[in-house]
Amino acid sequence: MQNKDTEIMICRCEDITRQQVLDCIADGYRTIDEIKRVTRAGMGPCQGRTCRSLIAFELSRAYGVSMEEVLMPTFRPPTVPISLGTLADAYIEK
Amino acid sequence: MKNAYDIVIIGGGIMGCSVAFELAKNGRTDVLILEQEYLTSGATGRCGAGIRQQWGSPLNAKLAVESTHIFENIEEYTGYSGSCGLNQGGYLLVAYTEKEWAQFQKNLELQHSLGIGSFAVDLDGIKEIVPHINTEGMYGACFNAKDGHADPFHCTYAYAKGAERYGVDIATYTKVTGFVTEGGRIKAVETDKGTVQANIVINCTGGHAAQMASLVHDDLPIKPERHQILITEPVAHIMNPMVMSFHRHFYVQQTPHGSVIMGFGDPTEPVSFNIRASWQYLEENAYVVTKTLPALRELRVVRQWAGLYDMSPDRYPIINQAKAAEGFWTIAGFSGHGFMIAPRVAILVANHLAGKEDSIDINLLSTERYAKGELLVEPSVV
Ligand SMILES: Cc1cc2nc3c(=O)[nH]c(=O)nc-3n(C[C@H](O)[C@H](O)[C@H](O)COP(=O)(O)OP(=O)(O)OC[C@H]3O[C@@H](n4cnc5c(N)ncnc54)[C@H](O)[C@@H]3O)c2cc1C
Repeated sequence: MQNKDTEIMICRCEDITRQQVLDCIADGYRTIDEIKRVTRAGMGPCQGRTCRSLIAFELSRAYGVSMEEVLMPTFRPPTVPISLGTLADAYIEK
Repeated sequence: MKNAYDIVIIGGGIMGCSVAFELAKNGRTDVLILEQEYLTSGATGRCGAGIRQQWGSPLNAKLAVESTHIFENIEEYTGYSGSCGLNQGGYLLVAYTEKEWAQFQKNLELQHSLGIGSFAVDLDGIKEIVPHINTEGMYGACFNAKDGHADPFHCTYAYAKGAERYGVDIATYTKVTGFVTEGGRIKAVETDKGTVQANIVINCTGGHAAQMASLVHDDLPIKPERHQILITEPVAHIMNPMVMSFHRHFYVQQTPHGSVIMGFGDPTEPVSFNIRASWQYLEENAYVVTKTLPALRELRVVRQWAGLYDMSPDRYPIINQAKAAEGFWTIAGFSGHGFMIAPRVAILVANHLAGKEDSIDINLLSTERYAKGELLVEPSVV
């Protein structure tokens, strides 16, 4: 029987399963930043609000380090998605 | 990490990893890559990863064309199991001034002489390639269907994993702090994890290259300059090619995944190591790009970031051996287009160090050209 546990969705924006994250760890990737770049986990519209801590948990378990020690990636602005039109209209020509 | 290697490469970006791969392929497998963070943490992981052959000077064109051939089958070339995401949707370079348009005609002549299949299009032709574009103020454009972009993370990992298979060691989270020289030769590299002996050191640290070289008293005219970039939410396919304007300093492309990536090179950006993202940039890039591509106004920005360009005086890379430390090489100064030419530059350096001939004279790229006043001028950069 298949282990359904690994089918769990870790990043809902980009459809990344727990298995994909575990595969990355097996491949030797050690940080959230690396896993983000290889799988796109955390690059979707919510910018990693859920998957970040789930991936951190898998890393901390795999490498036997505390959650705090797992490097947290930088949160990048903007904090809320904003349209290019709104931004363009706010620009004052130099 | 052992305590001695034949060659130590500093920097785990596309340049460091590709040169390690090419060296190992040439039989020099006793190689170590030192990276202060993780692979692609520098400019490589922050770049637009655009690949174009539409250059205005012969050496860049040759480096770009021969690199594109490698990108076209990089997975097979390096033995990588993933996909490096090459997408050849073409580059549409639009001209906004008469002078630019005249320069484009010269560039086309050069490109045709090198067998590059770019062509000019008028305003109607532009609309055929990108139907929703606003052609107001344009003189025309050039198009090359073979231009495109690839995934910078996977390309770098492809080279790194290929190099490891040949026996190359990679030490991430290891920062280079100094060097040991003896009798005018490089002897060892000092890191925060200990000292490593080396016969040859190759400095591939991008925006930090001049700082690194100054530690062996090599004075390089390479300056760091912040460049910012943003990405939108993924949407249905609305544009094939990269649209780029040198005059208005922007480039825009849609990734196969649907997100639109765009950058704006602020001509007033000062020399600095600052890589913070700014809100002023966000507004200006949005304004400049949506004037040309109004259809993008509805798209929402989900993320912005910045990285360093390693600027050289003539916008050409510098491949140089330090005078005061024989065996210490620098490969940097890519001025915003190092991703697309790295595959061929890596071969050039590996051939040189393996004593093999190459159709490109590596000395053309040394700093001698500045001393002699024989700059390699590239007219078409963003
Ligand atoms: C916003 C932006 C957009 C771009 N768009 C394009 C594009 O569309 N097409 C294109 O071809 N190019 C583009 N570029 C340029 C391209 O990113 C670079 O030319 C290329 O990635 C350079 O690769 P590199 O390996 O030389 O340098 P980097 O990728 O910067 O690698 C240098 C590495 O050295 C490491 N390092 C530094 N100091 C130390 C130390 N003391 N010890 C150990 N390691 C150290 C860094 O951590 C870094 O990982 C862009 C750049 C930016 C910033």
